Amino acid sequence: MDDKETRDPVTGVDTTGHEWDGIRELNNPMPRWWLWTLYGTIVWGIGYAIAYPAWPLVQGATSGLLGYSTRGEVAAEIAAVDARNAEVSATLAAADLAALPVDDPAYQFGVSGGAAVFRANCSQCHGAGAAGGVGYPNLLDDSWLWGGTLDDIEYTVRHGIRNDIDADARFSQMPAFGEMLTKPEIAEIAEHVLALSGQDHDAAKAEAGATLFADNCASCHGETGTGDREQGAPDLTDAIWLYSGTREAVTETITNARFGVMPAWGPRLSDAEIKAVTLYVHQLGGGE
Amino acid sequence: MNESNSGSLYAAREPIFPKRVSGKFRQLKWWILGITLVIYYITPWIRWDRGPSLPDQAVLVDLAHRRFYFFWIQIWPHEFYFVAGLLIMAGIGLFIFTSALGRVWCGYACPQTVWTDLFILVERWIEGDRNARVRLWNAPWSARKARLRLTKWLVWLMIAVATGGAWIFYFADAPTLLRDFLTFQAPVVAYSTVAVLTATTFIFGGFMREQICIYMCPWPRIQAAMMDPDTLTVAYRDWRGEPRGKGMRRRAAAAETYAGGETGGRRSPVIPVPGLAQAAVAPVLARETPGDCIDCNACVNVCPMGIDIRDGQQMACITCALCIDACDEVMVKIGKPRGLIDYLALSDEPRERAGDPPRPIRQHVFRFRTLLYTAIWAVFGLGLLWALFVRPEIDVTVSPIRNPQFVTLSDGAIRNAYDIRLRNKHGDERPFRIVLAEGSGLAVTLEGASGDEVMVPADMTALHRVYVTAPAGSAPAAADASPVSFLITEPVSGESVEVGSVFNGKGSE
Repeated sequence: MDDKETRDPVTGVDTTGHEWDGIRELNNPMPRWWLWTLYGTIVWGIGYAIAYPAWPLVQGATSGLLGYSTRGEVAAEIAAVDARNAEVSATLAAADLAALPVDDPAYQFGVSGGAAVFRANCSQCHGAGAAGGVGYPNLLDDSWLWGGTLDDIEYTVRHGIRNDIDADARFSQMPAFGEMLTKPEIAEIAEHVLALSGQDHDAAKAEAGATLFADNCASCHGETGTGDREQGAPDLTDAIWLYSGTREAVTETITNARFGVMPAWGPRLSDAEIKAVTLYVHQLGGGE
Repeated sequence: MNESNSGSLYAAREPIFPKRVSGKFRQLKWWILGITLVIYYITPWIRWDRGPSLPDQAVLVDLAHRRFYFFWIQIWPHEFYFVAGLLIMAGIGLFIFTSALGRVWCGYACPQTVWTDLFILVERWIEGDRNARVRLWNAPWSARKARLRLTKWLVWLMIAVATGGAWIFYFADAPTLLRDFLTFQAPVVAYSTVAVLTATTFIFGGFMREQICIYMCPWPRIQAAMMDPDTLTVAYRDWRGEPRGKGMRRRAAAAETYAGGETGGRRSPVIPVPGLAQAAVAPVLARETPGDCIDCNACVNVCPMGIDIRDGQQMACITCALCIDACDEVMVKIGKPRGLIDYLALSDEPRERAGDPPRPIRQHVFRFRTLLYTAIWAVFGLGLLWALFVRPEIDVTVSPIRNPQFVTLSDGAIRNAYDIRLRNKHGDERPFRIVLAEGSGLAVTLEGASGDEVMVPADMTALHRVYVTAPAGSAPAAADASPVSFLITEPVSGESVEVGSVFNGKGSE
């Protein structure tokens, strides 16, 4: 390698003096502006690494001089939105839902906010479309175990059903008749229930089941089987079944009973959120 | 071309001092300049009554409310295909003009050309015509030069501000925005838009001019594909002009070097025309009698692109035809027929060289190519017109709720829910009646409304939840899915529209 600088005769440009296998390197340095841009970005990068979270450590990363954090930004944004909604939230929290007009901004705020509350807290059991599932009530239809007025729904949301958290939770318990009645007796009651709801049934067994029903079930479900909202006792004559209305499912229910639990949301949601989700559920198409 | 010799794709700007010229093409350019500027500045101020709650501006791009108003036409976001269609038509329109008449868009109507012309006009008023401007350019800085330069820049700047300023009026109510703008209450975006457009107008029109056309605009790269030898374009009749009366010997020498690929002195690339490549500058200079060109350079001096059209077709040529005016003036003076430089088609060249008249203009304009472009253009245009006239006054979208597909009610009836989006394009609140189109035994209920009518506020889209219920045991309740059709009527105008959808029954369980 010959390090002597020479001028390249073809291009008229100085060489760097580096030569490998007869190939010489022309001295075409980086443009000055380019270099200064490079130096500038290096300086900026150092400053950035000091000012902002940058270096990964064993636990977390350096926090940076400016104390910036994306979590903090999100928290601030949430706080800002909450502050912006504070007034309408307060109105909603204090409102008598039954008297709240539909075109009130608080109502609109409640329905759309309630949809978000529902998605976050309720959809796990009741489904994203609020159609429920086996054991989880469908909130879209016109049948309510504990009542479908705004006040009823609000109470259910706030205190829940059959839970141990809230002393005011709605409570009732169906006995497991498998311990009290024989299998043929249970089968007869099941046939009677199928007859009540207008399904295919064995008429003779259903007739026999009528007396058993009157003795064991009518105290809660009513003489005609139309249920009792005071106790959350389902209407057995309609087309809606919480645990399915097939012969097998009805027999299972009579034998072992059901005990659906809904948590109390009072401790977890704010007043405004409870009222919002109440409005949302009420306007889904089944509200009374 | 000399650029290729230097190996650089960019040539530093050489100042151009276009000379004043008069003639029919210059006159046409003045008219187009005036009309386009008037349209640009006046349009936002035209009022159009649309009712109390809608803007009364005839042309308004209301981005905030996502509406586009064009006189009696109102475009909503879901009708954006109108805008797309117009853009396609504008593109094909450019193809038509280019294939028939070359770069007429560039030469006459392009904003860059219009504003550059305006800036040159100002320049001429303040600093004088070409010779005075060249002298001023070469003169050392003095109080007079500084005064002239500053005056010119100030006027340019005022035009630039007015240009950027007019643009924002298309996007908001013009009188209100003007007042807010002057009292510093307009939104930041208004000021930044004016600032950016002022800067671009000032720099593009004042200092970059033909550089924009040569280096920044993509159109000259594309337009060569739109042109063919039949296209009418500005060209020099070299068979009539050469050898030039002045400097015959010089040209003869140049002709010799041409064979070696050297043409010398030109600054823009020559467009290769298939089959006729470089015919206009071919070394045909054997005759001894001088041609009509007296080498007065009038055509070069008036050219805003700084080219010499006698070198042949060039990419930088915007076919503004000012050289035609300049040359015609000289031809008249020396008692020769006009048209040494003219709009002509290169395919006529052999014919004219042989002394025959060129083919009539209509044969150049109405060719298969231009007619095909016009047909495509017309298909789009008629399609848009058709869409404009058949689009329903009331606009409705019906989307079935699929989560859940249906709900069983306590009496065994099956209920489906639909979200119906109603668009009221009128300037006043209007009721919409929603019923089922056919008597299928299904019942419709509107959420939050007692009857079958809902009100939709003026110029708004309203979303309404609608329930359709099939009685227990009925055919739609038992079927997997059955068609259902909503009839939506707007009683005030009597318009109605039928929208089909699907009713899901128990069968799909």
